[in-house]
Amino acid sequence: MLGVLAVIVALWYGAAVWLNAAWTYDQASRNGTEVTFALLLSDTMAQERPVLPPPHQVGAELWKGLTAYNIASKKSLVYHGYVTLVATFSGFLLGSLLGIILAVGIVQSRTMELGMMPWAVISQTVPVVAIAPMIVVLSNALGFGDHLGVSNALVSKTIISAYLSYFPVLVGMVKGLRSPDQMQLDQLKTYSASEVQGFFKLRLPLSVPYLFTSLKVGIAASLVGAIVGELPTGAIEGLGARMLIGSQFGSPIVVWAALFAAAILAGVLILIVRTAETLVMRRMGVRA
Amino acid sequence: MSAAVIDAKGVNLVFQTGDGPVQALKDINLTVGKGEFVSFIGPSGCGKTTFLRAIAALEHPTSGQLTVNGMTPDEARRKRAYGYVFQAAGLYPWRTIAKNIALPLEIMGFSKDEQQSRVNRVLELVELSGFGNKFPWQLSGGMQQRASIARALAFDADILLMDEPFGALDEIVRDRLNEELLKLWNRTGKTIGFVTHSIPEAVYLSTKIVVMSPRPGRITDIIDSPLPRERPLDIRDTKAFIDIAHRVREGLRAGHSDE
Repeated sequence: MLGVLAVIVALWYGAAVWLNAAWTYDQASRNGTEVTFALLLSDTMAQERPVLPPPHQVGAELWKGLTAYNIASKKSLVYHGYVTLVATFSGFLLGSLLGIILAVGIVQSRTMELGMMPWAVISQTVPVVAIAPMIVVLSNALGFGDHLGVSNALVSKTIISAYLSYFPVLVGMVKGLRSPDQMQLDQLKTYSASEVQGFFKLRLPLSVPYLFTSLKVGIAASLVGAIVGELPTGAIEGLGARMLIGSQFGSPIVVWAALFAAAILAGVLILIVRTAETLVMRRMGVRA
Repeated sequence: MSAAVIDAKGVNLVFQTGDGPVQALKDINLTVGKGEFVSFIGPSGCGKTTFLRAIAALEHPTSGQLTVNGMTPDEARRKRAYGYVFQAAGLYPWRTIAKNIALPLEIMGFSKDEQQSRVNRVLELVELSGFGNKFPWQLSGGMQQRASIARALAFDADILLMDEPFGALDEIVRDRLNEELLKLWNRTGKTIGFVTHSIPEAVYLSTKIVVMSPRPGRITDIIDSPLPRERPLDIRDTKAFIDIAHRVREGLRAGHSDE
Protein backbone atom coordinates (compact mmCIF):
# COMPACT_ATOMS: atom_id res chain seq x y z
CA MET A 1 0.00 0.00 0.00
CA LEU A 2 2.64 2.54 1.06
CA GLY A 3 4.97 1.10 -1.56
CA VAL A 4 2.47 1.80 -4.30
CA LEU A 5 1.98 5.32 -2.97
CA ALA A 6 5.75 5.90 -3.00
CA VAL A 7 5.98 4.72 -6.61
CA ILE A 8 3.10 6.99 -7.65
CA VAL A 9 4.66 10.02 -5.95
CA ALA A 10 8.03 9.27 -7.54
CA LEU A 11 6.50 8.93 -11.01
CA TRP A 12 4.54 12.11 -10.40
CA TYR A 13 7.68 14.09 -9.53
CA GLY A 14 9.46 12.69 -12.57
CA ALA A 15 6.56 13.62 -14.82
CA ALA A 16 6.41 17.10 -13.29
CA VAL A 17 10.05 17.76 -14.15
CA TRP A 18 9.56 16.39 -17.65
CA LEU A 19 6.32 18.27 -18.42
CA ASN A 20 7.27 21.56 -16.79
CA ALA A 21 10.78 21.63 -18.32
CA ALA A 22 9.58 23.25 -21.55
CA TRP A 23 8.60 26.41 -19.70
CA THR A 24 11.95 26.55 -17.90
CA TYR A 25 13.85 26.24 -21.18
CA ASP A 26 11.60 28.86 -22.81
CA GLN A 27 12.27 31.35 -20.04
CA ALA A 28 15.99 30.65 -20.13
CA SER A 29 16.28 31.16 -23.86
CA ARG A 30 14.24 34.35 -23.61
CA ASN A 31 16.61 35.65 -20.92
CA GLY A 32 19.65 34.25 -22.69
CA THR A 33 20.69 32.19 -19.68
CA GLU A 34 21.91 28.63 -19.37
CA VAL A 35 19.74 25.92 -17.78
CA THR A 36 21.72 23.88 -15.31
CA PHE A 37 20.40 20.64 -13.93
CA ALA A 38 19.97 22.19 -10.50
CA LEU A 39 18.02 25.09 -11.98
CA LEU A 40 15.86 22.70 -13.96
CA LEU A 41 14.95 20.79 -10.81
CA SER A 42 14.27 23.82 -8.64
CA ASP A 43 12.33 25.69 -11.31
CA THR A 44 10.04 22.86 -12.37
CA MET A 45 9.13 22.32 -8.73
CA ALA A 46 8.00 25.90 -8.12
CA GLN A 47 6.32 27.36 -11.20
CA GLU A 48 3.25 29.48 -10.77
CA ARG A 49 1.36 27.87 -13.64
CA PRO A 50 2.91 24.44 -14.09
CA VAL A 51 1.61 22.02 -16.67
CA LEU A 52 1.68 19.38 -13.97
CA PRO A 53 1.99 20.72 -10.43
CA PRO A 54 4.24 18.50 -8.31
CA PRO A 55 2.69 16.81 -5.21
CA HIS A 56 4.04 19.29 -2.66
CA GLN A 57 2.51 22.25 -4.50
CA VAL A 58 -0.85 20.52 -4.66
CA GLY A 59 -0.50 19.47 -1.05
CA ALA A 60 0.31 23.01 0.05
CA GLU A 61 -2.63 24.46 -1.89
CA LEU A 62 -4.93 21.80 -0.49
CA TRP A 63 -3.71 22.43 3.05
CA LYS A 64 -4.11 26.16 2.58
CA GLY A 65 -7.60 25.69 1.18
CA LEU A 66 -8.61 23.49 4.07
CA THR A 67 -7.06 25.36 6.98
CA ALA A 68 -5.99 28.89 6.14
CA TYR A 69 -9.44 30.44 5.80
CA ASN A 70 -12.56 30.71 7.85
CA ILE A 71 -14.61 27.71 6.82
CA ALA A 72 -17.50 29.98 5.88
CA SER A 73 -15.29 31.92 3.48
CA LYS A 74 -15.55 31.42 -0.27
CA LYS A 75 -11.81 30.77 -0.35
CA SER A 76 -12.07 27.77 1.94
CA LEU A 77 -12.15 24.30 0.39
CA VAL A 78 -14.09 23.16 3.43
CA TYR A 79 -16.85 25.54 2.42
CA HIS A 80 -16.86 24.37 -1.20
CA GLY A 81 -16.62 20.76 -0.09
CA TYR A 82 -19.65 21.28 2.14
CA VAL A 83 -21.67 22.76 -0.73
CA THR A 84 -20.81 19.76 -2.89
CA LEU A 85 -21.49 17.37 -0.02
CA VAL A 86 -25.01 18.70 0.51
CA ALA A 87 -25.80 18.23 -3.19
CA THR A 88 -24.20 14.77 -3.13
CA PHE A 89 -26.29 13.68 -0.17
CA SER A 90 -29.56 15.01 -1.52
CA GLY A 91 -28.85 13.47 -4.94
CA PHE A 92 -27.80 10.19 -3.36
CA LEU A 93 -30.92 10.07 -1.24
CA LEU A 94 -33.21 10.82 -4.15
CA GLY A 95 -31.33 8.48 -6.51
CA SER A 96 -31.21 5.56 -4.08
CA LEU A 97 -34.86 5.95 -3.25
CA LEU A 98 -35.77 6.10 -6.93
CA GLY A 99 -33.55 3.08 -7.66
CA ILE A 100 -35.13 1.02 -4.90
CA ILE A 101 -38.69 1.96 -5.85
CA LEU A 102 -38.09 1.21 -9.52
CA ALA A 103 -36.42 -2.09 -8.64
CA VAL A 104 -39.37 -3.16 -6.51
CA GLY A 105 -41.73 -2.29 -9.37
CA ILE A 106 -39.62 -4.11 -11.93
CA VAL A 107 -39.37 -7.25 -9.80
CA GLN A 108 -43.09 -7.26 -9.03
CA SER A 109 -44.40 -6.52 -12.48
CA ARG A 110 -43.40 -7.91 -15.82
CA THR A 111 -44.98 -4.92 -17.55
CA MET A 112 -42.86 -2.56 -15.47
CA GLU A 113 -39.77 -4.53 -16.39
CA LEU A 114 -40.46 -4.40 -20.12
CA GLY A 115 -41.53 -0.77 -19.94
CA MET A 116 -38.87 0.63 -17.60
CA MET A 117 -35.68 -1.36 -17.94
CA PRO A 118 -34.77 -0.28 -21.50
CA TRP A 119 -35.28 3.38 -20.57
CA ALA A 120 -33.16 2.97 -17.47
CA VAL A 121 -30.34 1.55 -19.60
CA ILE A 122 -30.74 4.24 -22.25
CA SER A 123 -30.64 6.93 -19.57
CA GLN A 124 -27.14 5.81 -18.69
CA THR A 125 -25.87 5.98 -22.27
CA VAL A 126 -26.57 9.71 -22.43
CA PRO A 127 -23.41 11.58 -21.42
CA VAL A 128 -24.11 13.46 -18.23
CA VAL A 129 -22.10 16.49 -19.40
CA ALA A 130 -24.56 16.78 -22.28
CA ILE A 131 -27.70 16.89 -20.21
CA ALA A 132 -26.29 18.59 -17.12
CA PRO A 133 -26.46 22.11 -18.64
CA MET A 134 -30.05 21.49 -19.75
CA ILE A 135 -31.04 20.38 -16.27
CA VAL A 136 -29.38 23.49 -14.84
CA VAL A 137 -31.22 25.76 -17.28
CA LEU A 138 -34.56 24.02 -16.72
CA SER A 139 -34.19 24.09 -12.94
CA ASN A 140 -33.55 27.81 -13.06
CA ALA A 141 -36.44 28.41 -15.44
CA LEU A 142 -38.94 26.30 -13.50
CA GLY A 143 -37.74 27.59 -10.15
CA PHE A 144 -38.60 24.53 -8.05
CA GLY A 145 -35.95 25.61 -5.60
CA ASP A 146 -37.84 28.79 -4.83
CA HIS A 147 -40.88 26.75 -3.82
CA LEU A 148 -38.81 24.36 -1.75
CA GLY A 149 -36.85 27.12 -0.08
CA VAL A 150 -33.49 26.03 -1.47
CA SER A 151 -31.33 27.35 -4.29
CA ASN A 152 -32.14 26.33 -7.83
CA ALA A 153 -28.51 25.30 -8.14
CA LEU A 154 -29.04 22.70 -5.42
CA VAL A 155 -32.11 21.39 -7.21
CA SER A 156 -30.26 20.95 -10.49
CA LYS A 157 -27.25 19.35 -8.81
CA THR A 158 -29.52 17.00 -6.88
CA ILE A 159 -31.25 15.93 -10.08
CA ILE A 160 -27.98 15.35 -11.95
CA SER A 161 -26.54 13.49 -9.00
CA ALA A 162 -29.66 11.33 -8.63
CA TYR A 163 -29.61 10.68 -12.36
CA LEU A 164 -26.18 9.10 -12.01
CA SER A 165 -26.75 7.24 -8.75
CA TYR A 166 -30.17 5.65 -9.22
CA PHE A 167 -28.93 3.21 -11.85
CA PRO A 168 -26.43 1.14 -9.85
CA VAL A 169 -28.96 0.95 -7.02
CA LEU A 170 -31.68 -0.13 -9.43
CA VAL A 171 -29.53 -2.86 -10.99
CA GLY A 172 -28.25 -4.11 -7.64
CA MET A 173 -31.68 -4.19 -6.04
CA VAL A 174 -33.27 -6.00 -8.98
CA LYS A 175 -30.60 -8.65 -8.65
CA GLY A 176 -30.95 -8.78 -4.88
CA LEU A 177 -34.74 -8.99 -4.86
CA ARG A 178 -34.52 -11.81 -7.38
CA SER A 179 -31.93 -13.76 -5.42
CA PRO A 180 -34.18 -16.20 -3.48
CA ASP A 181 -33.68 -19.72 -4.81
CA GLN A 182 -36.45 -22.12 -5.75
CA MET A 183 -36.25 -23.96 -2.44
CA GLN A 184 -36.75 -20.77 -0.46
CA LEU A 185 -39.74 -19.83 -2.59
CA ASP A 186 -41.23 -23.34 -2.26
CA GLN A 187 -40.75 -23.17 1.47
CA LEU A 188 -42.75 -19.94 1.71
CA LYS A 189 -45.39 -21.56 -0.48
CA THR A 190 -45.75 -24.39 2.02
CA TYR A 191 -46.64 -21.74 4.62
CA SER A 192 -49.21 -20.28 2.17
CA ALA A 193 -47.32 -16.98 2.44
CA SER A 194 -48.58 -14.05 0.38
CA GLU A 195 -46.45 -12.14 -2.15
CA VAL A 196 -46.17 -9.24 0.29
CA GLN A 197 -45.03 -11.50 3.13
CA GLY A 198 -42.49 -13.13 0.82
CA PHE A 199 -41.24 -9.70 -0.12
CA PHE A 200 -40.72 -8.43 3.41
CA LYS A 201 -39.63 -11.68 5.06
CA LEU A 202 -37.36 -13.04 2.35
CA ARG A 203 -36.67 -10.86 -0.69
CA LEU A 204 -35.93 -7.61 1.11
CA PRO A 205 -33.53 -8.96 3.75
CA LEU A 206 -31.84 -11.11 1.13
CA SER A 207 -31.19 -8.03 -1.03
CA VAL A 208 -29.48 -5.98 1.69
CA PRO A 209 -25.91 -7.04 0.81
CA TYR A 210 -26.63 -6.24 -2.85
CA LEU A 211 -28.04 -2.88 -1.79
CA PHE A 212 -24.89 -1.88 0.06
CA THR A 213 -22.63 -2.87 -2.83
CA SER A 214 -24.80 -0.67 -5.05
CA LEU A 215 -24.86 2.19 -2.55
CA LYS A 216 -21.07 2.30 -2.58
CA VAL A 217 -21.06 2.69 -6.35
CA GLY A 218 -24.04 5.03 -6.10
CA ILE A 219 -22.54 7.47 -3.63
CA ALA A 220 -19.40 7.82 -5.74
CA ALA A 221 -21.61 8.44 -8.77
CA SER A 222 -23.59 10.99 -6.75
CA LEU A 223 -20.43 12.92 -5.99
CA VAL A 224 -19.45 12.94 -9.65
CA GLY A 225 -22.95 14.13 -10.50
CA ALA A 226 -22.81 16.94 -7.98
CA ILE A 227 -19.43 18.10 -9.28
CA VAL A 228 -20.55 17.92 -12.90
CA GLY A 229 -23.64 19.89 -11.90
CA GLU A 230 -21.37 22.64 -10.59
CA LEU A 231 -19.36 22.95 -13.76
CA PRO A 232 -21.77 24.60 -16.21
CA THR A 233 -23.06 28.13 -16.32
CA GLY A 234 -21.50 30.20 -13.70
CA ALA A 235 -21.70 28.10 -10.58
CA ILE A 236 -19.74 29.97 -7.98
CA GLU A 237 -19.58 27.50 -5.14
CA GLY A 238 -18.73 23.84 -4.78
CA LEU A 239 -15.69 21.81 -5.70
CA GLY A 240 -16.81 21.67 -9.34
CA ALA A 241 -16.94 25.45 -9.45
CA ARG A 242 -13.44 25.59 -7.92
CA MET A 243 -12.16 23.34 -10.68
CA LEU A 244 -13.83 25.45 -13.32
CA ILE A 245 -12.49 28.70 -11.86
CA GLY A 246 -9.02 27.20 -11.56
CA SER A 247 -8.97 26.17 -15.19
CA GLN A 248 -10.49 29.45 -16.42
CA PHE A 249 -7.94 31.53 -14.56
CA GLY A 250 -5.11 29.29 -15.59
CA SER A 251 -4.14 28.02 -12.17
CA PRO A 252 -3.76 24.27 -12.42
CA ILE A 253 -2.70 24.05 -8.79
CA VAL A 254 -6.17 25.18 -7.75
CA VAL A 255 -7.75 22.57 -10.04
CA TRP A 256 -5.59 19.83 -8.62
CA ALA A 257 -6.26 20.87 -5.04
CA ALA A 258 -10.02 20.81 -5.69
CA LEU A 259 -9.59 17.42 -7.35
CA PHE A 260 -7.89 16.02 -4.29
CA ALA A 261 -10.48 17.58 -2.01
CA ALA A 262 -13.10 15.73 -4.06
CA ALA A 263 -11.13 12.49 -3.77
CA ILE A 264 -10.92 12.86 0.00
CA LEU A 265 -14.63 13.56 0.10
CA ALA A 266 -15.31 10.42 -1.96
CA GLY A 267 -13.20 8.39 0.44
CA VAL A 268 -15.11 9.74 3.42
CA LEU A 269 -18.46 9.03 1.75
CA ILE A 270 -17.52 5.43 0.92
CA LEU A 271 -16.34 5.03 4.49
CA ILE A 272 -19.72 6.21 5.77
CA VAL A 273 -21.58 3.73 3.58
CA ARG A 274 -19.22 0.95 4.58
CA THR A 275 -19.69 1.72 8.27
CA ALA A 276 -23.45 1.65 7.83
CA GLU A 277 -23.05 -1.67 6.02
CA THR A 278 -20.99 -3.17 8.84
CA LEU A 279 -23.52 -2.04 11.43
CA VAL A 280 -26.52 -3.35 9.50
CA MET A 281 -24.86 -6.65 8.60
CA ARG A 282 -23.85 -7.19 12.20
CA ARG A 283 -27.44 -6.65 13.25
CA MET A 284 -28.41 -9.20 10.62
CA GLY A 285 -26.24 -11.79 12.30
CA VAL A 286 -23.39 -11.90 9.81
CA ARG A 287 -20.27 -13.37 11.33
CA ALA A 288 -18.03 -10.46 12.34
CA MET B 1 -54.41 -47.23 11.45
CA SER B 2 -57.60 -45.31 10.91
CA ALA B 3 -58.72 -43.04 8.07
CA ALA B 4 -56.37 -42.44 5.16
CA VAL B 5 -54.29 -39.32 5.63
CA ILE B 6 -52.75 -39.46 2.19
CA ASP B 7 -54.66 -41.22 -0.56
CA ALA B 8 -53.46 -41.51 -4.15
CA LYS B 9 -55.52 -43.21 -6.83
CA GLY B 10 -54.07 -43.58 -10.31
CA VAL B 11 -51.97 -40.44 -10.00
CA ASN B 12 -50.08 -39.44 -13.14
CA LEU B 13 -47.83 -36.43 -13.45
CA VAL B 14 -46.28 -35.33 -16.72
CA PHE B 15 -43.74 -32.50 -16.98
CA GLN B 16 -43.61 -30.60 -20.25
CA THR B 17 -39.93 -30.05 -20.98
CA GLY B 18 -37.96 -28.75 -23.92
CA ASP B 19 -37.30 -32.35 -24.97
CA GLY B 20 -40.99 -33.22 -24.92
CA PRO B 21 -43.17 -34.59 -22.13
CA VAL B 22 -41.59 -36.52 -19.26
CA GLN B 23 -43.72 -38.90 -17.23
CA ALA B 24 -42.54 -38.20 -13.69
CA LEU B 25 -45.26 -40.29 -12.01
CA LYS B 26 -47.20 -43.15 -13.53
CA ASP B 27 -50.30 -44.68 -12.00
CA ILE B 28 -49.40 -44.14 -8.37
CA ASN B 29 -51.76 -45.87 -5.93
CA LEU B 30 -50.99 -45.47 -2.27
CA THR B 31 -52.83 -45.12 1.00
CA VAL B 32 -51.11 -43.79 4.08
CA GLY B 33 -52.87 -44.10 7.42
CA LYS B 34 -52.67 -41.76 10.39
CA GLY B 35 -49.46 -42.03 12.37
CA GLU B 36 -47.61 -44.05 9.75
CA PHE B 37 -43.98 -43.43 8.86
CA VAL B 38 -43.70 -43.87 5.11
CA SER B 39 -40.40 -43.83 3.28
CA PHE B 40 -40.09 -43.33 -0.43
CA ILE B 41 -36.94 -44.92 -1.78
CA GLY B 42 -35.55 -45.25 -5.26
CA PRO B 43 -32.84 -43.99 -7.60
CA SER B 44 -32.75 -40.42 -8.96
CA GLY B 45 -35.60 -39.69 -11.34
CA CYS B 46 -37.97 -42.25 -9.82
CA GLY B 47 -40.40 -39.52 -8.83
CA LYS B 48 -40.12 -39.90 -5.06
CA THR B 49 -39.51 -36.21 -4.52
CA THR B 50 -42.11 -35.29 -7.14
CA PHE B 51 -44.70 -37.38 -5.31
CA LEU B 52 -43.84 -35.73 -2.00
CA ARG B 53 -44.10 -32.33 -3.68
CA ALA B 54 -47.46 -33.32 -5.15
CA ILE B 55 -48.71 -34.14 -1.65
CA ALA B 56 -47.52 -30.68 -0.61
CA ALA B 57 -49.24 -29.07 -3.62
CA LEU B 58 -45.90 -27.87 -4.93
CA GLU B 59 -46.59 -29.93 -8.06
CA HIS B 60 -49.97 -30.83 -9.47
CA PRO B 61 -50.93 -34.26 -10.84
CA THR B 62 -51.93 -34.29 -14.49
CA SER B 63 -54.54 -36.95 -13.81
CA GLY B 64 -55.75 -39.24 -11.05
CA GLN B 65 -56.90 -38.38 -7.59
CA LEU B 66 -54.75 -37.26 -4.69
CA THR B 67 -56.20 -36.29 -1.34
CA VAL B 68 -54.60 -35.18 1.90
CA ASN B 69 -56.81 -35.46 4.99
CA GLY B 70 -59.65 -35.99 2.53
CA MET B 71 -59.01 -32.61 0.86
CA THR B 72 -57.16 -31.55 -2.25
CA PRO B 73 -53.49 -30.86 -1.53
CA ASP B 74 -54.07 -27.12 -2.04
CA GLU B 75 -56.89 -27.04 0.49
CA ALA B 76 -54.85 -29.17 2.87
CA ARG B 77 -52.01 -26.69 2.67
CA ARG B 78 -54.30 -23.80 3.51
CA LYS B 79 -55.50 -25.80 6.50
CA ARG B 80 -51.86 -26.22 7.57
CA ALA B 81 -52.04 -29.99 7.16
CA TYR B 82 -48.32 -30.47 6.74
CA GLY B 83 -44.88 -29.16 7.52
CA TYR B 84 -42.22 -29.61 4.88
CA VAL B 85 -38.52 -30.20 5.53
CA PHE B 86 -36.20 -29.69 2.58
CA GLN B 87 -32.82 -31.25 1.96
CA ALA B 88 -31.08 -28.02 2.94
CA ALA B 89 -32.04 -26.53 6.29
CA GLY B 90 -32.79 -23.25 4.52
CA LEU B 91 -32.59 -21.17 7.67
CA TYR B 92 -32.49 -17.42 7.10
CA PRO B 93 -28.99 -16.32 8.10
CA TRP B 94 -30.27 -12.96 9.33
CA ARG B 95 -32.65 -14.55 11.83
CA THR B 96 -31.77 -16.29 15.06
CA ILE B 97 -32.82 -19.92 15.42
CA ALA B 98 -35.86 -18.88 17.45
CA LYS B 99 -36.83 -16.25 14.87
CA ASN B 100 -36.36 -18.78 12.08
CA ILE B 101 -38.72 -21.18 13.78
CA ALA B 102 -41.15 -18.32 14.32
CA LEU B 103 -41.14 -17.49 10.58
CA PRO B 104 -44.12 -19.69 9.60
CA LEU B 105 -45.90 -18.58 12.78
CA GLU B 106 -45.45 -14.91 11.83
CA ILE B 107 -46.74 -15.62 8.35
CA MET B 108 -49.73 -17.51 9.70
CA GLY B 109 -50.52 -14.70 12.11
CA PHE B 110 -49.96 -16.29 15.52
CA SER B 111 -49.77 -13.84 18.42
CA LYS B 112 -46.37 -12.94 19.86
CA ASP B 113 -46.99 -14.92 23.06
CA GLU B 114 -48.21 -17.92 21.12
CA GLN B 115 -45.13 -17.73 18.88
CA GLN B 116 -42.88 -17.63 21.91
CA SER B 117 -44.42 -20.64 23.62
CA ARG B 118 -44.55 -22.69 20.43
CA VAL B 119 -40.95 -21.91 19.57
CA ASN B 120 -39.84 -22.98 23.04
CA ARG B 121 -41.88 -26.16 22.82
CA VAL B 122 -40.50 -27.32 19.46
CA LEU B 123 -36.96 -26.30 20.41
CA GLU B 124 -37.29 -28.68 23.31
CA LEU B 125 -38.77 -31.34 21.05
CA VAL B 126 -35.69 -31.33 18.79
CA GLU B 127 -33.37 -30.90 21.78
CA LEU B 128 -32.18 -27.43 20.86
CA SER B 129 -33.34 -25.62 23.99
CA GLY B 130 -30.86 -22.88 24.79
CA PHE B 131 -29.90 -22.37 21.15
CA GLY B 132 -32.79 -20.07 20.31
CA ASN B 133 -30.68 -16.92 20.35
CA LYS B 134 -27.88 -18.35 18.22
CA PHE B 135 -27.57 -17.53 14.55
CA PRO B 136 -27.62 -20.43 12.08
CA TRP B 137 -23.90 -20.22 11.28
CA GLN B 138 -23.13 -20.85 14.93
CA LEU B 139 -24.75 -24.32 14.69
CA SER B 140 -23.47 -27.52 13.09
CA GLY B 141 -25.16 -28.90 9.99
CA GLY B 142 -27.04 -31.50 12.02
CA MET B 143 -28.28 -28.91 14.48
CA GLN B 144 -29.39 -26.66 11.63
CA GLN B 145 -31.41 -29.49 10.16
CA ARG B 146 -32.98 -30.15 13.57
CA ALA B 147 -33.91 -26.47 13.71
CA SER B 148 -35.55 -26.78 10.30
CA ILE B 149 -37.55 -29.78 11.56
CA ALA B 150 -38.58 -27.69 14.56
CA ARG B 151 -39.72 -24.97 12.17
CA ALA B 152 -41.85 -27.49 10.27
CA LEU B 153 -43.36 -28.72 13.55
CA ALA B 154 -44.05 -25.27 14.97
CA PHE B 155 -47.55 -24.83 13.57
CA ASP B 156 -48.81 -28.25 14.63
CA ALA B 157 -49.38 -29.88 11.27
CA ASP B 158 -50.39 -33.53 11.52
CA ILE B 159 -48.19 -34.50 8.61
CA LEU B 160 -44.46 -34.02 8.30
CA LEU B 161 -43.06 -34.27 4.78
CA MET B 162 -39.30 -34.66 4.61
CA ASP B 163 -37.31 -34.58 1.38
CA GLU B 164 -33.93 -36.23 2.03
CA PRO B 165 -33.53 -34.13 5.15
CA PHE B 166 -30.32 -35.85 6.25
CA GLY B 167 -28.88 -36.38 2.77
CA ALA B 168 -26.20 -33.75 3.20
CA LEU B 169 -25.04 -34.95 6.62
CA ASP B 170 -22.35 -37.46 7.51
CA GLU B 171 -23.33 -40.93 8.61
CA ILE B 172 -22.68 -40.55 12.33
CA VAL B 173 -24.81 -37.43 12.57
CA ARG B 174 -27.37 -39.10 10.38
CA ASP B 175 -27.67 -42.10 12.71
CA ARG B 176 -28.28 -39.85 15.66
CA LEU B 177 -30.84 -37.76 13.86
CA ASN B 178 -32.63 -40.90 12.66
CA GLU B 179 -32.86 -42.09 16.24
CA GLU B 180 -34.13 -38.71 17.38
CA LEU B 181 -36.61 -38.53 14.55
CA LEU B 182 -38.09 -41.87 15.59
CA LYS B 183 -38.40 -40.66 19.18
CA LEU B 184 -40.05 -37.50 17.97
CA TRP B 185 -42.46 -39.49 15.79
CA ASN B 186 -43.33 -41.73 18.75
CA ARG B 187 -43.93 -38.78 21.00
CA THR B 188 -45.99 -36.68 18.60
CA GLY B 189 -47.87 -39.33 16.64
CA LYS B 190 -47.38 -37.42 13.38
CA THR B 191 -47.74 -39.01 10.00
CA ILE B 192 -44.38 -38.77 8.26
CA GLY B 193 -43.55 -38.96 4.57
CA PHE B 194 -39.82 -39.36 4.14
CA VAL B 195 -37.81 -39.37 0.92
CA THR B 196 -34.41 -41.06 0.99
CA HIS B 197 -32.07 -43.10 -1.10
CA SER B 198 -30.51 -44.89 1.81
CA ILE B 199 -31.85 -48.41 2.31
CA PRO B 200 -30.84 -48.72 6.00
CA GLU B 201 -32.39 -45.33 6.72
CA ALA B 202 -35.66 -46.30 5.06
CA VAL B 203 -35.86 -49.67 6.82
CA TYR B 204 -34.85 -48.29 10.20
CA LEU B 205 -37.39 -45.49 10.20
CA SER B 206 -40.43 -46.73 8.38
CA THR B 207 -43.62 -48.59 9.08
CA LYS B 208 -44.18 -48.60 5.32
CA ILE B 209 -41.52 -48.54 2.62
CA VAL B 210 -42.50 -47.48 -0.88
CA VAL B 211 -39.96 -48.69 -3.43
CA MET B 212 -39.97 -46.66 -6.65
CA SER B 213 -38.20 -46.88 -9.98
CA PRO B 214 -37.58 -44.41 -12.78
CA ARG B 215 -38.68 -43.79 -16.39
CA PRO B 216 -41.54 -43.57 -15.84
CA GLY B 217 -41.60 -42.94 -12.08
CA ARG B 218 -43.70 -45.68 -10.52
CA ILE B 219 -44.12 -47.83 -7.43
CA THR B 220 -42.58 -51.28 -7.71
CA ASP B 221 -43.16 -52.51 -4.17
CA ILE B 222 -44.87 -51.43 -0.96
CA ILE B 223 -43.49 -53.11 2.14
CA ASP B 224 -45.28 -52.97 5.50
CA SER B 225 -42.55 -53.27 8.07
CA PRO B 226 -43.01 -55.85 10.83
CA LEU B 227 -40.51 -54.05 13.06
CA PRO B 228 -41.87 -52.72 16.38
CA ARG B 229 -42.36 -48.99 16.91
CA GLU B 230 -39.62 -48.90 19.53
CA ARG B 231 -36.39 -49.29 17.59
CA PRO B 232 -32.96 -49.09 19.15
CA LEU B 233 -30.16 -48.51 16.66
CA ASP B 234 -28.94 -52.12 17.00
CA ILE B 235 -32.21 -53.39 15.58
CA ARG B 236 -30.33 -53.00 12.31
CA ASP B 237 -28.40 -56.18 13.09
CA THR B 238 -31.51 -58.35 13.53
CA LYS B 239 -32.72 -60.88 10.98
CA ALA B 240 -36.05 -59.11 10.48
CA PHE B 241 -34.26 -55.87 9.60
CA ILE B 242 -31.88 -57.56 7.18
CA ASP B 243 -34.77 -59.39 5.51
CA ILE B 244 -36.64 -56.15 4.85
CA ALA B 245 -33.50 -54.46 3.58
CA HIS B 246 -33.03 -57.41 1.25
CA ARG B 247 -36.56 -57.08 -0.06
CA VAL B 248 -36.07 -53.35 -0.67
CA ARG B 249 -32.88 -54.07 -2.55
CA GLU B 250 -34.66 -56.68 -4.64
CA GLY B 251 -37.42 -54.19 -5.40
CA LEU B 252 -34.91 -51.58 -6.51
CA ARG B 253 -33.14 -54.11 -8.71
CA ALA B 254 -36.41 -55.28 -10.27
CA GLY B 255 -37.25 -51.69 -11.08
CA HIS B 256 -34.01 -51.33 -12.95
CA SER B 257 -34.13 -54.60 -14.91
CA ASP B 258 -37.20 -53.77 -16.98
CA GLU B 259 -35.80 -50.50 -18.30
